[in-house]
Amino acid sequence: MIAVELLAAQNIGFAVISLLMIVAALRVVTTSNVVHAALWLVVVLSGAAAQYVLLAAEFVAVTQVLVYIGAVMVLFLFGTMLTRARIGTERDLNNSYRLLGIPVAGLLFAAMAIAIVSSFGDEELPSEPRLIGVPEISDQIFGPYLLPFWALSFVLLAAIIGAIVLARKD
Amino acid sequence: MMSVLALEVPYWGQSLLRVLGGIVAVLLPAGTIVYVFLFKMMSFMQSRLGPMEAGPYGSLQLVAEVGKWLQKEDIIPERADPRIFKMAPIVVLASTFLLVAVVPFGPDAWFTNFEVGIFYALAVSSLSVLGILMAGWASANKYSLLGGLRAAGQLIAYELPMVLAVIGVVIQAETMNLQKIVVAQNSGEIFGFSGLGNPYVLTQFVGFLIFMIAIQAELTQAPFDMPIAESELVSGYMTEYSGFRFLMFFIGEFATAGVFAMITSVLFLGGWGVPFVWFGWSDIDSVANWMNFVGPLIMFTKMMLIVFIIMWVRFSSPRFREDQLQRFAWKVLIPVSLGNIAITSIFKVVM
Repeated sequence: MIAVELLAAQNIGFAVISLLMIVAALRVVTTSNVVHAALWLVVVLSGAAAQYVLLAAEFVAVTQVLVYIGAVMVLFLFGTMLTRARIGTERDLNNSYRLLGIPVAGLLFAAMAIAIVSSFGDEELPSEPRLIGVPEISDQIFGPYLLPFWALSFVLLAAIIGAIVLARKD
Repeated sequence: MMSVLALEVPYWGQSLLRVLGGIVAVLLPAGTIVYVFLFKMMSFMQSRLGPMEAGPYGSLQLVAEVGKWLQKEDIIPERADPRIFKMAPIVVLASTFLLVAVVPFGPDAWFTNFEVGIFYALAVSSLSVLGILMAGWASANKYSLLGGLRAAGQLIAYELPMVLAVIGVVIQAETMNLQKIVVAQNSGEIFGFSGLGNPYVLTQFVGFLIFMIAIQAELTQAPFDMPIAESELVSGYMTEYSGFRFLMFFIGEFATAGVFAMITSVLFLGGWGVPFVWFGWSDIDSVANWMNFVGPLIMFTKMMLIVFIIMWVRFSSPRFREDQLQRFAWKVLIPVSLGNIAITSIFKVVM
């Protein structure tokens, strides 16, 4: 018996989107075509963006679309199409590593679940959802979280320079 | 609560009106652009008359063309990936319809009043790249694939200056909400002179130029039409498409041009508004109700002006080579737009 208060529109939306994401995520690893796998990944990532919208975090949702779907997945597809992307099923995909992959994925899931439950397990979302504005996010980034932000920027800069060094032949 | 002609509209009615309005706001400009600019203006620029037979001055030519496309056989290449092949034009067209959702047309005439509106518009406009890549790959044709890859490379390269040009506007308006950007322009003032408001085309002229160049490239219009260069790639990623699916790409191309022009007019020309001092308005709440009906017309006029510039450049310039195109984006546009951001922020803090 499901409690009536759980049948709010947000919960139903959450359930539908999560189901879609799970199916799409399974298709990413089971499909036998690299481009199809990448396109299923697009579905998973847009599902994540939809979940952010449900949590009233629209800035994060839009960032998810811009960065992951608009840039990362396009580069992904660009790379696979430029190098190897046949139409139809491909026989030589390394799906045979699934014996190794499934335990690793399970382990990662367990680690994340434990980390999230132990740090936020008792907290409840406010019953009145409040939209977090962009100024509040930037106040947080350039206030208490300035040091991690700098560290991340430094890592990204190092990655960019590394990519240029690797790509230059001369 | 939105009220139309003093009638209270229930929520479902509003949603229905918004969906219908969205379809009109995408398809009407697309049809107008194709007839006025692609058929007529291009012909006049080339010293010919253009279509004259169907309807007065050929004004029903578009109906004839659409009828022709709808009758054509729906061909899918034998070696193609049929599902992805069919999905691709829908993805391209869907990104256009998603784009129009944040454009405001009047004080109450908006589809959604999204707080991060312009950021959302930039994000969903990049979805069309996915559709183009899908079309290029699924066609099982080397020309298509090359066209798709060129389009992806170009669209990614020119998305960056576009985003950076918008940041200047966002800094000046202090908001990403398109409605508030309109209000900020029409109620603003330039160095104490408020007769014109503060259309950012004047105070953000560098940003405006960069944005116009970037949307020219995003729309893959000449001189940035490398992806569909007909002398090299037949028709790029659209080569294998015929009939209705080609029509969807075609509508997508010109509808996106219209919607991008609307976004440009919102960002730089004051959108649906007129300078508020002309009528003694002070903020969005004091704007008269008739602006809900006049606003869309003003918007449409400004859109046609922007599309005129886009098409003018398209019809009168030769094509960039692929490497020139990439070098221009990364070595000219991005540094200039970064400089624009720095100067805008300095002015914002000092003044």
